[in-house]
Amino acid sequence: MKPFDYVEIRVPAKPQYVSVARLTISGLANRLGFTYDDIEDLKIATSEAITNAVQHAYSDDEEGEIVIGCALYKEKIEIMVADHGKSFNFEETKAKVGPYQDLEEVSFLREGGLGLYLIETLMDEVKVHHQEGVTVFMTKHVGLEQVDENVEHISS
Amino acid sequence: MNISVELVEDNLQVKAVLKGEIDAFTAPILREKLADIQLRENLQIELDLVGVSYMDSTGLGVFVGFYKSVIASNSHMKLTGLSSRLKRLFDITGLGEIMDIQAMSEEVKIDETV
Repeated sequence: MKPFDYVEIRVPAKPQYVSVARLTISGLANRLGFTYDDIEDLKIATSEAITNAVQHAYSDDEEGEIVIGCALYKEKIEIMVADHGKSFNFEETKAKVGPYQDLEEVSFLREGGLGLYLIETLMDEVKVHHQEGVTVFMTKHVGLEQVDENVEHISS
Repeated sequence: MNISVELVEDNLQVKAVLKGEIDAFTAPILREKLADIQLRENLQIELDLVGVSYMDSTGLGVFVGFYKSVIASNSHMKLTGLSSRLKRLFDITGLGEIMDIQAMSEEVKIDETV
Protein backbone atom coordinates (compact mmCIF):
# COMPACT_ATOMS: atom_id res chain seq x y z
CA MET A 1 0.00 0.00 0.00
CA LYS A 2 1.24 3.47 -0.84
CA PRO A 3 2.19 5.51 2.20
CA PHE A 4 0.11 8.40 0.95
CA ASP A 5 -3.01 9.33 -0.96
CA TYR A 6 -2.34 11.39 -4.00
CA VAL A 7 -4.56 14.12 -5.40
CA GLU A 8 -3.66 16.06 -8.50
CA ILE A 9 -5.51 19.00 -9.93
CA ARG A 10 -4.78 20.83 -13.11
CA VAL A 11 -5.94 24.36 -13.80
CA PRO A 12 -5.47 26.81 -16.66
CA ALA A 13 -2.64 29.24 -15.92
CA LYS A 14 -5.07 32.08 -15.28
CA PRO A 15 -5.48 34.14 -12.12
CA GLN A 16 -9.15 33.25 -11.71
CA TYR A 17 -8.23 29.64 -10.96
CA VAL A 18 -5.93 30.43 -8.04
CA SER A 19 -8.89 30.55 -5.67
CA VAL A 20 -10.23 27.25 -7.00
CA ALA A 21 -6.94 25.51 -6.22
CA ARG A 22 -6.83 27.24 -2.85
CA LEU A 23 -10.23 25.84 -1.91
CA THR A 24 -9.12 22.34 -2.86
CA ILE A 25 -6.01 22.63 -0.67
CA SER A 26 -8.16 23.91 2.15
CA GLY A 27 -10.43 20.88 1.88
CA LEU A 28 -7.56 18.42 1.78
CA ALA A 29 -5.79 20.05 4.73
CA ASN A 30 -8.99 19.98 6.69
CA ARG A 31 -9.23 16.23 6.09
CA LEU A 32 -5.75 15.75 7.53
CA GLY A 33 -6.68 17.59 10.70
CA PHE A 34 -4.67 20.77 10.30
CA THR A 35 -5.60 23.64 12.59
CA TYR A 36 -7.43 26.67 11.27
CA ASP A 37 -4.24 28.72 11.25
CA ASP A 38 -2.26 26.02 9.47
CA ILE A 39 -4.95 25.69 6.82
CA GLU A 40 -4.81 29.43 6.25
CA ASP A 41 -1.01 29.20 5.94
CA LEU A 42 -1.36 26.39 3.39
CA LYS A 43 -3.89 28.41 1.40
CA ILE A 44 -1.54 31.38 1.21
CA ALA A 45 1.57 29.31 0.40
CA THR A 46 -0.19 27.41 -2.37
CA SER A 47 -1.71 30.57 -3.80
CA GLU A 48 1.73 32.18 -3.85
CA ALA A 49 3.24 29.28 -5.76
CA ILE A 50 0.38 29.20 -8.27
CA THR A 51 0.41 32.99 -8.66
CA ASN A 52 4.11 32.80 -9.44
CA ALA A 53 3.42 30.18 -12.06
CA VAL A 54 0.58 32.18 -13.58
CA GLN A 55 2.60 35.37 -13.74
CA HIS A 56 5.92 34.03 -14.92
CA ALA A 57 5.43 30.79 -16.71
CA TYR A 58 3.51 31.91 -19.71
CA SER A 59 3.41 34.84 -22.03
CA ASP A 60 0.00 36.42 -22.49
CA ASP A 61 -0.84 34.83 -25.79
CA GLU A 62 0.18 31.35 -24.76
CA GLU A 63 -2.17 29.44 -22.54
CA GLY A 64 -0.70 26.79 -20.35
CA GLU A 65 -1.71 24.71 -17.43
CA ILE A 66 -0.52 24.44 -13.88
CA VAL A 67 -0.42 21.13 -12.10
CA ILE A 68 -0.85 20.96 -8.36
CA GLY A 69 0.04 17.60 -6.84
CA CYS A 70 -0.75 16.84 -3.22
CA ALA A 71 0.58 13.86 -1.30
CA LEU A 72 -1.48 13.29 1.82
CA TYR A 73 0.26 11.44 4.61
CA LYS A 74 -1.07 10.74 8.06
CA GLU A 75 0.76 13.65 9.58
CA LYS A 76 1.88 15.87 6.76
CA ILE A 77 0.96 17.24 3.38
CA GLU A 78 3.38 17.63 0.49
CA ILE A 79 2.35 20.02 -2.23
CA MET A 80 4.06 20.31 -5.58
CA VAL A 81 3.20 23.13 -7.97
CA ALA A 82 4.55 22.81 -11.51
CA ASP A 83 4.12 25.39 -14.23
CA HIS A 84 4.83 23.22 -17.25
CA GLY A 85 1.40 21.70 -17.35
CA LYS A 86 2.49 18.11 -17.56
CA SER A 87 1.52 15.55 -15.03
CA PHE A 88 4.44 14.22 -13.12
CA ASN A 89 5.47 11.17 -11.26
CA PHE A 90 5.26 12.63 -7.80
CA GLU A 91 8.08 10.63 -6.22
CA GLU A 92 10.37 11.05 -9.21
CA THR A 93 9.91 14.80 -9.40
CA LYS A 94 10.16 15.07 -5.64
CA ALA A 95 13.58 13.39 -5.76
CA LYS A 96 14.77 16.00 -8.22
CA VAL A 97 13.84 19.11 -6.31
CA GLY A 98 16.51 20.71 -4.18
CA PRO A 99 17.08 23.71 -1.97
CA TYR A 100 16.61 26.71 -4.22
CA GLN A 101 19.54 28.58 -2.66
CA ASP A 102 21.76 26.52 -4.92
CA LEU A 103 20.01 27.61 -8.07
CA GLU A 104 20.65 31.03 -9.40
CA GLU A 105 18.07 30.67 -12.14
CA VAL A 106 15.32 30.72 -9.60
CA SER A 107 16.21 34.20 -8.46
CA PHE A 108 13.37 35.47 -10.62
CA LEU A 109 10.97 33.84 -8.22
CA ARG A 110 11.84 36.62 -5.84
CA GLU A 111 10.71 39.19 -8.35
CA GLY A 112 7.93 41.27 -6.93
CA GLY A 113 9.24 40.32 -3.58
CA LEU A 114 7.13 38.66 -1.04
CA GLY A 115 5.65 35.51 -2.58
CA LEU A 116 8.54 33.13 -2.04
CA TYR A 117 9.33 34.76 1.27
CA LEU A 118 5.82 33.96 2.47
CA ILE A 119 6.02 30.37 1.23
CA GLU A 120 9.26 29.93 3.18
CA THR A 121 7.79 31.46 6.29
CA LEU A 122 4.49 29.61 6.26
CA MET A 123 5.65 26.13 5.28
CA ASP A 124 7.97 23.76 7.13
CA GLU A 125 10.07 22.88 4.11
CA VAL A 126 10.42 24.40 0.64
CA LYS A 127 12.35 23.18 -2.36
CA VAL A 128 12.46 24.34 -5.94
CA HIS A 129 13.30 22.45 -9.08
CA HIS A 130 14.08 24.40 -12.21
CA GLN A 131 13.99 22.38 -15.37
CA GLU A 132 11.28 22.48 -18.02
CA GLY A 133 9.72 25.28 -16.01
CA VAL A 134 9.66 25.69 -12.28
CA THR A 135 8.44 23.21 -9.72
CA VAL A 136 7.89 24.33 -6.15
CA PHE A 137 7.75 21.60 -3.57
CA MET A 138 6.58 22.31 -0.04
CA THR A 139 5.74 20.39 3.08
CA LYS A 140 3.73 21.13 6.17
CA HIS A 141 3.34 18.84 9.17
CA VAL A 142 0.18 18.48 11.16
CA GLY A 143 0.55 20.03 14.57
CA LEU A 144 4.19 20.96 14.23
CA GLU A 145 4.43 24.36 15.78
CA GLN A 146 7.00 26.66 14.30
CA VAL A 147 8.28 28.10 17.51
CA ASP A 148 10.41 31.15 17.27
CA GLU A 149 13.83 30.11 18.50
CA ASN A 150 14.38 33.44 20.16
CA VAL A 151 11.38 33.02 22.38
CA GLU A 152 12.42 32.67 25.98
CA HIS A 153 10.73 29.92 27.84
CA ILE A 154 9.47 30.54 31.30
CA SER A 155 11.13 28.02 33.55
CA SER A 156 9.52 27.05 36.76
CA MET B 1 -14.57 35.00 -5.37
CA ASN B 2 -14.51 38.72 -5.67
CA ILE B 3 -13.61 41.97 -4.04
CA SER B 4 -15.81 44.98 -3.49
CA VAL B 5 -14.72 48.45 -2.47
CA GLU B 6 -17.12 51.05 -1.15
CA LEU B 7 -15.82 54.59 -0.98
CA VAL B 8 -17.20 57.18 1.42
CA GLU B 9 -15.68 60.61 0.94
CA ASP B 10 -16.13 63.60 3.18
CA ASN B 11 -13.90 66.60 2.61
CA LEU B 12 -10.42 65.45 3.69
CA GLN B 13 -11.60 62.10 4.97
CA VAL B 14 -11.95 59.03 2.82
CA LYS B 15 -13.06 55.66 4.05
CA ALA B 16 -12.84 52.63 1.80
CA VAL B 17 -14.61 49.51 2.96
CA LEU B 18 -13.10 46.40 1.40
CA LYS B 19 -14.96 43.11 1.26
CA GLY B 20 -13.96 39.77 -0.17
CA GLU B 21 -10.77 37.96 -1.03
CA ILE B 22 -7.58 39.58 -2.32
CA ASP B 23 -5.53 37.33 -4.59
CA ALA B 24 -3.95 37.31 -8.04
CA PHE B 25 -7.36 37.67 -9.66
CA THR B 26 -8.89 40.38 -7.48
CA ALA B 27 -5.74 42.41 -6.69
CA PRO B 28 -5.80 44.30 -10.04
CA ILE B 29 -9.48 45.15 -9.43
CA LEU B 30 -8.63 46.48 -5.97
CA ARG B 31 -5.71 48.49 -7.36
CA GLU B 32 -8.01 50.16 -9.87
CA LYS B 33 -10.66 50.99 -7.29
CA LEU B 34 -8.10 52.54 -4.97
CA ALA B 35 -6.84 54.62 -7.88
CA ASP B 36 -10.26 56.30 -7.89
CA ILE B 37 -9.32 58.07 -4.68
CA GLN B 38 -8.19 61.58 -5.54
CA LEU B 39 -5.02 61.87 -3.53
CA ARG B 40 -4.24 65.34 -2.23
CA GLU B 41 -2.40 66.95 0.62
CA ASN B 42 -3.60 66.12 4.14
CA LEU B 43 -6.14 63.61 2.94
CA GLN B 44 -6.87 61.07 5.69
CA ILE B 45 -7.56 57.68 4.16
CA GLU B 46 -8.92 54.77 6.10
CA LEU B 47 -9.01 51.35 4.50
CA ASP B 48 -11.39 49.13 6.44
CA LEU B 49 -10.41 45.48 6.06
CA VAL B 50 -12.97 43.92 8.41
CA GLY B 51 -14.63 42.21 5.46
CA VAL B 52 -11.44 40.81 3.92
CA SER B 53 -11.51 37.07 4.43
CA TYR B 54 -8.38 36.14 2.49
CA MET B 55 -5.26 37.94 1.37
CA ASP B 56 -1.79 37.00 0.09
CA SER B 57 1.26 38.83 -1.29
CA THR B 58 -0.69 40.16 -4.25
CA GLY B 59 -2.78 42.16 -1.76
CA LEU B 60 0.31 43.31 0.11
CA GLY B 61 1.66 44.50 -3.24
CA VAL B 62 -1.44 46.60 -3.86
CA PHE B 63 -1.26 48.20 -0.41
CA VAL B 64 2.46 48.91 -0.78
CA GLY B 65 1.88 50.55 -4.16
CA PHE B 66 -1.01 52.62 -2.86
CA TYR B 67 0.92 53.55 0.28
CA LYS B 68 3.75 54.90 -1.88
CA SER B 69 1.44 57.23 -3.79
CA VAL B 70 -0.24 58.26 -0.55
CA ILE B 71 3.11 59.25 0.94
CA ALA B 72 4.13 61.02 -2.27
CA SER B 73 0.98 63.16 -2.13
CA ASN B 74 1.44 64.02 1.56
CA SER B 75 -1.70 62.27 2.60
CA HIS B 76 -2.13 59.62 5.26
CA MET B 77 -3.27 56.01 5.04
CA LYS B 78 -4.54 53.88 7.88
CA LEU B 79 -5.54 50.23 7.69
CA THR B 80 -8.23 49.21 10.16
CA GLY B 81 -10.21 46.17 11.22
CA LEU B 82 -7.56 43.59 10.37
CA SER B 83 -8.14 40.07 11.61
CA SER B 84 -5.21 38.51 13.46
CA ARG B 85 -4.50 36.52 10.29
CA LEU B 86 -4.22 39.64 8.18
CA LYS B 87 -2.24 41.49 10.83
CA ARG B 88 0.22 38.60 10.93
CA LEU B 89 0.78 38.85 7.19
CA PHE B 90 1.78 42.50 7.55
CA ASP B 91 3.95 41.70 10.55
CA ILE B 92 5.95 38.80 9.06
CA THR B 93 6.72 40.87 5.99
CA GLY B 94 7.82 43.86 8.06
CA LEU B 95 5.12 46.10 6.60
CA GLY B 96 3.43 46.33 9.98
CA GLU B 97 6.33 48.45 11.16
CA ILE B 98 5.99 50.89 8.30
CA MET B 99 2.27 51.33 7.88
CA ASP B 100 -0.34 52.68 10.27
CA ILE B 101 -2.30 49.53 11.12
CA GLN B 102 -5.04 48.90 13.62
CA ALA B 103 -6.00 45.30 14.13
CA MET B 104 -9.52 44.34 15.11
CA SER B 105 -8.82 44.02 18.84
CA GLU B 106 -7.00 47.32 18.90
CA GLU B 107 -9.89 49.22 17.38
CA VAL B 108 -10.97 50.80 20.62
CA LYS B 109 -7.49 51.82 21.70
CA ILE B 110 -6.76 55.49 21.34
CA ASP B 111 -3.47 56.49 19.85
CA GLU B 112 -1.27 57.33 22.83
CA THR B 113 1.80 58.20 20.86
CA VAL B 114 1.27 61.94 20.76
